[in-house]
Amino acid sequence: MSEQIFELKGNLFTLSVLNLYKNDIQELSKQLDEKISQAPKFFYGAPIVINLKFISDQKVNFAELKQVLVALQLNPVGVCNGSDTQNASAKENMLSVLNYSQDVKPKVAKVANSALNTSIIEKEVYLPAQVIQGTVRSGQQVYAKDRDIIVLGAVSHGAEVIADGNIHIYGALRGRAIAGAKGNIQAQIFCQKLEAELVSIDGNYWISDSLQGDLWGQAAAIQYKDDSLEITALVKG
Amino acid sequence: MAKVIVVTSGKGGVGKTTSSAAIGTGLAVKGYKTVIVDFDIGLRNLDLIMGCERRVVYDFVNVINGESNLNQALIKDKRVEKLFILPASQTRDKDALTKEGVERVLNELKQEFDFIICDSPAGIEAGAMMALYFADEAIVTTNPEVSSVRDSDRILGILHSKSKRAEEGLDGVKEHLLLTRYNPERVEKGEMLSVEDVQDILAIDLLGVIPESPSVLSASNSGQPVILDIDSDAGKAYQDTIDRLLGEEIDYRFLQVRKKGILKRIFGG
Ligand SMILES: Nc1ncnc2c1ncn2[C@@H]1O[C@H](COP(=O)(O)OP(=O)(O)O)[C@@H](O)[C@H]1O
Ligand SMILES: [Mg+2]
Repeated sequence: MSEQIFELKGNLFTLSVLNLYKNDIQELSKQLDEKISQAPKFFYGAPIVINLKFISDQKVNFAELKQVLVALQLNPVGVCNGSDTQNASAKENMLSVLNYSQDVKPKVAKVANSALNTSIIEKEVYLPAQVIQGTVRSGQQVYAKDRDIIVLGAVSHGAEVIADGNIHIYGALRGRAIAGAKGNIQAQIFCQKLEAELVSIDGNYWISDSLQGDLWGQAAAIQYKDDSLEITALVKG
Repeated sequence: MAKVIVVTSGKGGVGKTTSSAAIGTGLAVKGYKTVIVDFDIGLRNLDLIMGCERRVVYDFVNVINGESNLNQALIKDKRVEKLFILPASQTRDKDALTKEGVERVLNELKQEFDFIICDSPAGIEAGAMMALYFADEAIVTTNPEVSSVRDSDRILGILHSKSKRAEEGLDGVKEHLLLTRYNPERVEKGEMLSVEDVQDILAIDLLGVIPESPSVLSASNSGQPVILDIDSDAGKAYQDTIDRLLGEEIDYRFLQVRKKGILKRIFGG
């Protein structure tokens, strides 16, 4: 005998429930179409359970109901709160009979009238810093997209760290550090030992020659100030 | 458990083959069954340094291609009981090594040996990648000069990202720094980097410091690994290296601790 290749298990899923207040399939089709057109992607292929609670005394044409839902790109999977007759009829139409666990009284007026309100709000998303455990070696390049980068080691000669945010290097910076890469003049570079080949903030860069002042080989912070890069001691005073 | 150790550097001529021969021999002298595998296809010279070049019949590539079996290709050293050499081919090119083939041969060697020392070719191309890919540990052979240190740094980056251990998310390859051709006088004059300078840049554990020594050349001319020249400075330094590799704490000889400052002169411009 061959090995069993499947397992049947119970699980919980979130399904959309369609509370049907009136047994009027044509009107439902019209109203649903309107609602869906406001957020077609959200509803596309969504599994739907039809709640029969408010029309449990009526004879429902499940074949037609199913057809209407499918035409709207929904996926009717079952019914709940139906009468025995309704349940039997639903089963004949390949709709599962489900137990409705939550008995919250639906707010009739609100659901019927309110249009689904979707608008897109643009908001800056704060991503946690990317942490590099150890040294970034010669020939390696790391890019922290939309975030800061923290290097728990050095950045070797011939290595490059790039971040759309700030760059924190807990060892020596001997290679290149490019902060605010996507355009952020506020971005800064911090390192324990400044021996860089190049530093750049929002496209403003200095190469090694320009960096070899008092803070060469020292713990330093680099920022953009008064139309130029500025190097200061990492810890002041 | 067999350990695969690659002797690597990026840069050529730094002493990889000299060190592979010395370390492999030293481990066998200590009683570990050891094989040194020459990955420098087309430029074989491990067998010259080991003095067994006239005994090569089959090589690494023959074994990979199934033209001979492993035992036909392994050369047993005549001086040291548990030491074997798997020579490289002189007539093939580097593409002869396939990942599958190398893995198969290494797995076969692991059944029999305690240590498998892989002598890497220079560079960071296919041959060097093949030598380091399956390594458990790496002996990063470095001369105390800027370009060699830079290449070693690069190899360390590759070990971190492209080795099998890295790709499979296992514990990383254990990295050791072996400084070779160390000349304290030239370090003092500021012509070479000091041990501290190199360690400062590479930031890995130091395994050994081998002095620049005429005994290395005379040893390789006579086809004898320098570690068997037990009175020479380089021989002693390699013996210390073996002890450290086996977990002992050994003081450093042949290097007077030099003051810092050279880094600044070299990198500071
Ligand atoms: N400690 C040393 N002192 C003096 N010469 C050395 C030393 N180590 C290596 N050499 C010499 O350097 C050259 C290159 O060594 P080799 O081991 O072939 O390097 P690689 O395998 O890295 O190319 C050889 O001529 C060798 O004799
Ligand atoms: Mg070599």
